[in-house]
Amino acid sequence: MADKTLDAKGLNCPLPILRAKKALKEMKAGQILAIEATDPGSAKDFESFCTQTGNKMIKASEAGGVYHYEIEKC
Amino acid sequence: MAETKRLAIIATKGTLDFAYPPLILATTAAALDYEVHIFWTFYGLQVLKKKRDLKISPLGNPAMPMPVDMPILVQILPGMEAMATVMMKQKMKGKGVASIDDLLDMAIESDVKMIACQMTVDLFDFKHEELIDGLEYAGAARFFEIAQGADITLFI
Repeated sequence: MADKTLDAKGLNCPLPILRAKKALKEMKAGQILAIEATDPGSAKDFESFCTQTGNKMIKASEAGGVYHYEIEKC
Repeated sequence: MAETKRLAIIATKGTLDFAYPPLILATTAAALDYEVHIFWTFYGLQVLKKKRDLKISPLGNPAMPMPVDMPILVQILPGMEAMATVMMKQKMKGKGVASIDDLLDMAIESDVKMIACQMTVDLFDFKHEELIDGLEYAGAARFFEIAQGADITLFI
Protein backbone atom coordinates (compact mmCIF):
# COMPACT_ATOMS: atom_id res chain seq x y z
CA MET A 1 0.00 0.00 0.00
CA ALA A 2 1.47 3.31 -1.07
CA ASP A 3 1.94 6.13 1.44
CA LYS A 4 1.59 8.76 -1.26
CA THR A 5 0.44 8.84 -4.87
CA LEU A 6 1.57 11.08 -7.69
CA ASP A 7 -0.48 11.61 -10.82
CA ALA A 8 1.98 12.52 -13.58
CA LYS A 9 -0.30 11.53 -16.45
CA GLY A 10 -0.11 13.85 -19.45
CA LEU A 11 3.20 15.33 -18.30
CA ASN A 12 6.36 15.07 -20.30
CA CYS A 13 10.09 15.00 -19.53
CA PRO A 14 11.42 16.24 -17.13
CA LEU A 15 8.20 16.97 -15.19
CA PRO A 16 7.41 13.43 -13.90
CA ILE A 17 10.91 13.14 -12.41
CA LEU A 18 10.79 16.64 -10.91
CA ARG A 19 7.39 16.02 -9.33
CA ALA A 20 8.54 12.65 -7.97
CA LYS A 21 11.62 14.22 -6.45
CA LYS A 22 9.46 16.87 -4.80
CA ALA A 23 7.04 14.25 -3.44
CA LEU A 24 9.84 12.06 -2.06
CA LYS A 25 11.40 15.05 -0.33
CA GLU A 26 8.39 15.27 1.98
CA MET A 27 8.39 11.55 2.77
CA LYS A 28 10.18 9.43 5.35
CA ALA A 29 12.60 6.57 4.65
CA GLY A 30 10.73 3.30 4.10
CA GLN A 31 7.60 5.01 2.76
CA ILE A 32 6.34 4.20 -0.70
CA LEU A 33 5.46 6.62 -3.49
CA ALA A 34 3.13 5.35 -6.22
CA ILE A 35 3.36 7.13 -9.56
CA GLU A 36 1.18 7.05 -12.64
CA ALA A 37 2.63 8.42 -15.87
CA THR A 38 1.90 8.35 -19.58
CA ASP A 39 5.33 9.41 -20.87
CA PRO A 40 6.89 6.27 -22.44
CA GLY A 41 10.34 7.72 -21.69
CA SER A 42 9.56 7.65 -17.99
CA ALA A 43 10.25 3.91 -17.77
CA LYS A 44 14.00 4.28 -18.28
CA ASP A 45 14.03 7.68 -16.56
CA PHE A 46 12.60 6.43 -13.28
CA GLU A 47 14.96 3.47 -13.38
CA SER A 48 17.91 5.87 -13.78
CA PHE A 49 16.47 8.21 -11.17
CA CYS A 50 16.40 5.38 -8.60
CA THR A 51 19.90 4.18 -9.48
CA GLN A 52 21.31 7.67 -9.03
CA THR A 53 19.40 8.83 -5.97
CA GLY A 54 19.59 5.56 -4.03
CA ASN A 55 15.82 5.08 -3.83
CA LYS A 56 14.37 1.66 -4.57
CA MET A 57 12.08 0.74 -7.45
CA ILE A 58 9.68 -1.82 -6.04
CA LYS A 59 7.29 -2.13 -8.93
CA ALA A 60 7.18 -0.96 -12.54
CA SER A 61 4.39 -1.96 -14.90
CA GLU A 62 2.42 -0.70 -17.86
CA ALA A 63 -1.23 -1.16 -18.80
CA GLY A 64 -3.08 0.57 -21.60
CA GLY A 65 -0.46 3.28 -22.03
CA VAL A 66 -0.32 4.14 -18.32
CA TYR A 67 2.91 3.40 -16.48
CA HIS A 68 2.76 2.52 -12.80
CA TYR A 69 5.77 2.81 -10.53
CA GLU A 70 6.26 2.23 -6.85
CA ILE A 71 9.36 3.75 -5.34
CA GLU A 72 10.53 3.20 -1.79
CA LYS A 73 12.31 6.14 -0.26
CA CYS A 74 15.69 5.05 1.08
CA MET B 1 25.72 9.09 0.50
CA ALA B 2 28.39 9.71 -2.10
CA GLU B 3 30.01 13.08 -2.59
CA THR B 4 27.79 15.63 -4.36
CA LYS B 5 28.24 15.62 -8.11
CA ARG B 6 28.49 18.86 -10.01
CA LEU B 7 27.13 19.90 -13.42
CA ALA B 8 28.33 23.02 -15.22
CA ILE B 9 26.49 24.29 -18.30
CA ILE B 10 27.31 27.14 -20.67
CA ALA B 11 24.07 28.35 -22.26
CA THR B 12 24.60 30.56 -25.30
CA LYS B 13 21.32 30.51 -27.18
CA GLY B 14 18.17 32.55 -26.75
CA THR B 15 15.48 31.10 -28.99
CA LEU B 16 12.51 29.32 -27.42
CA ASP B 17 13.63 25.88 -28.56
CA PHE B 18 17.23 26.36 -27.43
CA ALA B 19 16.18 27.66 -24.01
CA TYR B 20 14.89 24.16 -23.21
CA PRO B 21 18.02 21.96 -23.15
CA PRO B 22 19.94 23.83 -20.42
CA LEU B 23 16.83 24.16 -18.22
CA ILE B 24 15.68 20.56 -18.67
CA LEU B 25 19.14 19.23 -17.90
CA ALA B 26 19.65 21.61 -14.98
CA THR B 27 16.35 20.81 -13.27
CA THR B 28 16.77 17.07 -13.83
CA ALA B 29 20.33 17.10 -12.50
CA ALA B 30 19.12 19.03 -9.45
CA ALA B 31 16.48 16.32 -8.91
CA LEU B 32 19.33 13.80 -9.04
CA ASP B 33 21.05 15.73 -6.24
CA TYR B 34 23.66 17.39 -8.42
CA GLU B 35 24.98 20.82 -7.61
CA VAL B 36 24.16 22.73 -10.82
CA HIS B 37 25.61 25.89 -12.31
CA ILE B 38 24.54 27.57 -15.54
CA PHE B 39 26.74 30.21 -17.10
CA TRP B 40 24.50 32.31 -19.36
CA THR B 41 26.28 34.18 -22.10
CA PHE B 42 25.53 35.89 -25.41
CA TYR B 43 21.94 35.22 -26.57
CA GLY B 44 21.40 32.90 -23.62
CA LEU B 45 20.90 36.08 -21.58
CA GLN B 46 17.49 36.49 -23.26
CA VAL B 47 16.25 33.60 -21.13
CA LEU B 48 17.08 35.55 -17.96
CA LYS B 49 15.12 38.66 -18.91
CA LYS B 50 12.25 39.54 -16.61
CA LYS B 51 10.21 40.35 -19.70
CA ARG B 52 10.99 37.30 -21.77
CA ASP B 53 9.72 37.06 -25.31
CA LEU B 54 11.42 33.96 -26.66
CA LYS B 55 10.63 32.91 -30.20
CA ILE B 56 11.50 30.06 -32.44
CA SER B 57 13.21 30.81 -35.71
CA PRO B 58 12.10 28.55 -38.58
CA LEU B 59 14.67 30.22 -40.80
CA GLY B 60 17.48 29.53 -38.37
CA ASN B 61 16.51 25.86 -38.08
CA PRO B 62 15.99 24.53 -41.59
CA ALA B 63 15.10 21.02 -40.35
CA MET B 64 12.35 22.27 -38.03
CA PRO B 65 9.11 20.42 -38.73
CA MET B 66 6.38 22.91 -39.62
CA PRO B 67 2.66 22.14 -39.21
CA VAL B 68 2.15 23.00 -42.86
CA ASP B 69 4.81 22.67 -45.52
CA MET B 70 6.19 26.16 -45.96
CA PRO B 71 8.60 27.34 -48.62
CA ILE B 72 11.52 29.45 -47.38
CA LEU B 73 10.17 32.51 -49.16
CA VAL B 74 6.96 32.24 -47.16
CA GLN B 75 8.92 31.86 -43.89
CA ILE B 76 10.58 35.22 -44.54
CA LEU B 77 7.22 37.04 -44.54
CA PRO B 78 6.52 39.33 -41.58
CA GLY B 79 4.58 37.59 -38.81
CA MET B 80 5.67 34.07 -39.76
CA GLU B 81 8.08 33.81 -36.82
CA ALA B 82 5.37 34.92 -34.41
CA MET B 83 2.92 32.46 -35.93
CA ALA B 84 5.38 29.57 -35.74
CA THR B 85 6.10 30.50 -32.10
CA VAL B 86 2.41 30.50 -31.18
CA MET B 87 1.90 27.13 -32.87
CA MET B 88 4.95 25.62 -31.17
CA LYS B 89 3.79 26.85 -27.74
CA GLN B 90 0.33 25.37 -28.31
CA LYS B 91 1.82 22.07 -29.37
CA MET B 92 4.07 21.99 -26.31
CA LYS B 93 1.17 22.71 -23.98
CA GLY B 94 -0.88 19.97 -25.62
CA LYS B 95 1.91 17.45 -25.12
CA GLY B 96 2.44 18.28 -21.45
CA VAL B 97 5.81 19.96 -21.99
CA ALA B 98 6.69 22.48 -19.29
CA SER B 99 6.93 26.16 -20.23
CA ILE B 100 10.26 27.99 -20.03
CA ASP B 101 8.83 30.15 -17.23
CA ASP B 102 7.95 27.04 -15.22
CA LEU B 103 11.31 25.37 -15.82
CA LEU B 104 13.17 28.50 -14.83
CA ASP B 105 11.11 28.77 -11.63
CA MET B 106 11.80 25.12 -10.86
CA ALA B 107 15.51 25.59 -11.51
CA ILE B 108 15.66 28.53 -9.12
CA GLU B 109 13.56 26.66 -6.57
CA SER B 110 15.96 23.71 -6.68
CA ASP B 111 18.90 26.02 -6.09
CA VAL B 112 20.48 25.96 -9.55
CA LYS B 113 23.19 28.62 -9.53
CA MET B 114 22.80 31.17 -12.32
CA ILE B 115 25.73 33.21 -13.54
CA ALA B 116 25.30 35.95 -16.14
CA CYS B 117 28.27 36.85 -18.29
CA GLN B 118 29.00 40.49 -17.44
CA MET B 119 30.86 41.05 -20.71
CA THR B 120 27.82 40.18 -22.84
CA VAL B 121 25.48 42.04 -20.47
CA ASP B 122 27.58 45.12 -21.34
CA LEU B 123 27.77 44.21 -25.00
CA PHE B 124 24.00 44.19 -25.36
CA ASP B 125 23.50 47.16 -23.03
CA PHE B 126 21.35 45.11 -20.65
CA LYS B 127 20.73 46.54 -17.20
CA HIS B 128 20.92 44.27 -14.18
CA GLU B 129 17.34 45.39 -13.37
CA GLU B 130 16.13 43.93 -16.68
CA LEU B 131 17.32 40.48 -15.70
CA ILE B 132 15.87 38.20 -13.04
CA ASP B 133 17.04 38.62 -9.46
CA GLY B 134 19.55 36.38 -7.76
CA LEU B 135 22.09 36.26 -10.58
CA GLU B 136 25.82 36.33 -10.09
CA TYR B 137 27.65 38.54 -12.59
CA ALA B 138 31.05 37.26 -13.57
CA GLY B 139 33.34 36.33 -16.41
CA ALA B 140 35.09 33.35 -17.94
CA ALA B 141 37.53 32.92 -15.06
CA ARG B 142 34.60 32.30 -12.72
CA PHE B 143 33.28 29.65 -15.08
CA PHE B 144 36.61 27.80 -15.00
CA GLU B 145 36.60 27.85 -11.22
CA ILE B 146 33.24 26.04 -11.35
CA ALA B 147 34.02 23.75 -14.29
CA GLN B 148 37.30 22.63 -12.77
CA GLY B 149 35.42 20.81 -10.03
CA ALA B 150 32.57 19.63 -12.25
CA ASP B 151 31.83 16.01 -13.11
CA ILE B 152 29.96 17.02 -16.25
CA THR B 153 30.40 20.15 -18.35
CA LEU B 154 28.13 21.02 -21.26
CA PHE B 155 28.16 23.74 -23.88
CA ILE B 156 24.70 24.41 -25.28
